[in-house]
Amino acid sequence: MTRSLSLALLASTALGGAAAAQDVTLTIESWRNDDLQIWQEVIIPAFEADHPGIRINFAPSAPAEYNAVLNSKLDAGSAGDLITCRPFDASLELFNKGQLADLSDLAAMENFSDVAKSAWQTDDGSATFCVPMASVIHGFIYNRTAFEELGLEPPATEEEFFALLDRIKEDGSYIPMAMGTADQWEAATMGYQNIGPNYWKGEEGRKALIEGSASLTDEGWVAPFRQLARWKDYLGDGFEAQTYPDSQNLFTLGRAAIYPAGSWEIGVFGPQIDGAFEMGAFPPPVPAEGDTCHISDHTDIALGLNAASANAEAARSFLEWVGSPEFATLYANALPGFFSLNATPVEMENPLAQEFVSWRESCEPTIRSTYQILSRGTPNLENETWNASANVVNGTETPEAAAERLQEGLASWYAPQQQ
Amino acid sequence: MARRKAFRWHIAVFLAPAVLVYTAIMIVPLIGTLNLSLFGLVEGSRVFVGLRNFAILFGDPRWSAAFWNALGNNAWFFLVHMLVQNPVGILLAALLSSPRLRMAAFYRTAIFVPTILSFVIVGFVWKLILSPIWGIAPNMLDAVGLRGLFAPWLGREEYALTTLALISVWQFVGIPMMLIYAALLSIPDEVIEAAEMDGVTGWSQFWKIKLPLILPSIGIISVLTFVGNFNAFDLVYVSQGALAGPNYATDILGTFLYRTFFGFQLQLGDPHMGATIATAMFGIILVGVCIYLFAIQTRLRRYQF
Repeated sequence: MTRSLSLALLASTALGGAAAAQDVTLTIESWRNDDLQIWQEVIIPAFEADHPGIRINFAPSAPAEYNAVLNSKLDAGSAGDLITCRPFDASLELFNKGQLADLSDLAAMENFSDVAKSAWQTDDGSATFCVPMASVIHGFIYNRTAFEELGLEPPATEEEFFALLDRIKEDGSYIPMAMGTADQWEAATMGYQNIGPNYWKGEEGRKALIEGSASLTDEGWVAPFRQLARWKDYLGDGFEAQTYPDSQNLFTLGRAAIYPAGSWEIGVFGPQIDGAFEMGAFPPPVPAEGDTCHISDHTDIALGLNAASANAEAARSFLEWVGSPEFATLYANALPGFFSLNATPVEMENPLAQEFVSWRESCEPTIRSTYQILSRGTPNLENETWNASANVVNGTETPEAAAERLQEGLASWYAPQQQ
Repeated sequence: MARRKAFRWHIAVFLAPAVLVYTAIMIVPLIGTLNLSLFGLVEGSRVFVGLRNFAILFGDPRWSAAFWNALGNNAWFFLVHMLVQNPVGILLAALLSSPRLRMAAFYRTAIFVPTILSFVIVGFVWKLILSPIWGIAPNMLDAVGLRGLFAPWLGREEYALTTLALISVWQFVGIPMMLIYAALLSIPDEVIEAAEMDGVTGWSQFWKIKLPLILPSIGIISVLTFVGNFNAFDLVYVSQGALAGPNYATDILGTFLYRTFFGFQLQLGDPHMGATIATAMFGIILVGVCIYLFAIQTRLRRYQF
């Protein structure tokens, strides 16, 4: 009696297990909580329609907390099957700790160029551990309706840029530029990393810094800080306490004329503005007429596999799909401003996104200077750059002093910078 | 006779649940943290490094500058609470215990309500009130012709920390008020009557009779404020972020610990240095509480009624 009962229990567990195996649920860890709706309504249904038996659960956390939350979850063994990968060291560290699986053998990896994969590879390029999803491009979004009203043209050079800001300021009906320094990263990412590549010559300067043949106190790296210091006069009243959402709202409510942007804003701004005015975009102005323009086309987001996932096989088939041109088209159009890294060209419908991506033709792309290798030590160059950029815009630190402090911090741990 | 000396099992049994729970969720993690601070990563593996982490924290110019900055800010945060929160709390309690005050229950509740609000709400609401763009503070100052006095307080290095400390005071002033109010109510009427017979009334009655009687409560409040302030984290994190801007002007030990332990943006978490900072915080709080217990509390005179 007892025996048959235990057999029955055993059988039911086995059956229960089988039922669960039929329908695998994959959980995605992500910092893109803004995209929850798009994943649930567009991307996941498209995948599930083709792949019966695999269900996807998109479970994002807040961007600022993502890294801390993810690391704790991975250490505790409670993280989801699929991990959205930050570029470079944050993900490399997870791979080195054995928490991200090696995906080099994934067939879909063929669809990506070496540059696209570089953000999620070991330093020697021997292993790739995340499937690249998208890059973001920096530039300036402007209120075209306001520009037309005031008779203004988007600037091409630094000089024209400040002349333009002066005219908007003189007119007085718009705040010339919507940016605050309270969150610090705006000043660094939308400011320094946005305009900087034109001064440090994109990849050339970035690589020289990594090799140690250039230093942050060189003219090319101080000049963007000098530019930022001049921005102060054109920002809104009390910009020191203005946060990132404040800046977004100032622009979408039509109170500011120019917004130093990352292309990810396109998808957010469009529905918020809802036709109240037209938007346009211009790339970061070059120092002098005829200079080659450089833009920050930053490999930003990828998807990896939790090495401890119990559903690795299903997760791999999802990753193959993420690497496919089908996903690229779906993603780039559902989230205008996140540009596909897939080698197959993607048709995009959003005109503003087309404008941003068109700069790839005329300008030299680079990635954010602090992301590869240079933020491995303490003090962390990226975080210090946030602080320095905010200080420079606030006017509490001179461009030269800020650059010197960053260089000192970098040289304190990075050997190639110590000679 | 021997039977009377038998081990009293019921004491152990009654103590066990509290001791077990407290040990599991307080003592063990505390020892774990102290232990973690003695280890470090050497070539990818965790090894015992003795006091090396402490040598880095206090010896390396960057780490020590960040630590002393956080400690200094924390001391100022505490000082503002001691100079504003507790005197105002005592004052409010004195007013509330006045028999002539009408609607005392209403004031008591209104002043205490912020205490039960979440930090997230308080931080967010005050950030909105003080916002130079949408806030009501600039408009209110404008209405009385003092717009010139407005500054983006949370964004200026020289004001941000004091502003946050005052927000925290606004939130928690109800606690000293309640404790002092209770202490004032427990003063026997005979003592007050005797004072009145001797002609000690009004403010001099408060200074000479009531204040000495509530000193032990003030001592306890000071210790609670000290421990609370040196463990503070939430308000700064909610309103200024983990980088405690502008330029680390609002960085206190709690945010410094969080950034180090969990990492921030591209900076990866370092549990060992984090545990080292946590241990230093523990030491600071322990020393502070010991100073109070041994140097102050033993000297307080107690009155028996």
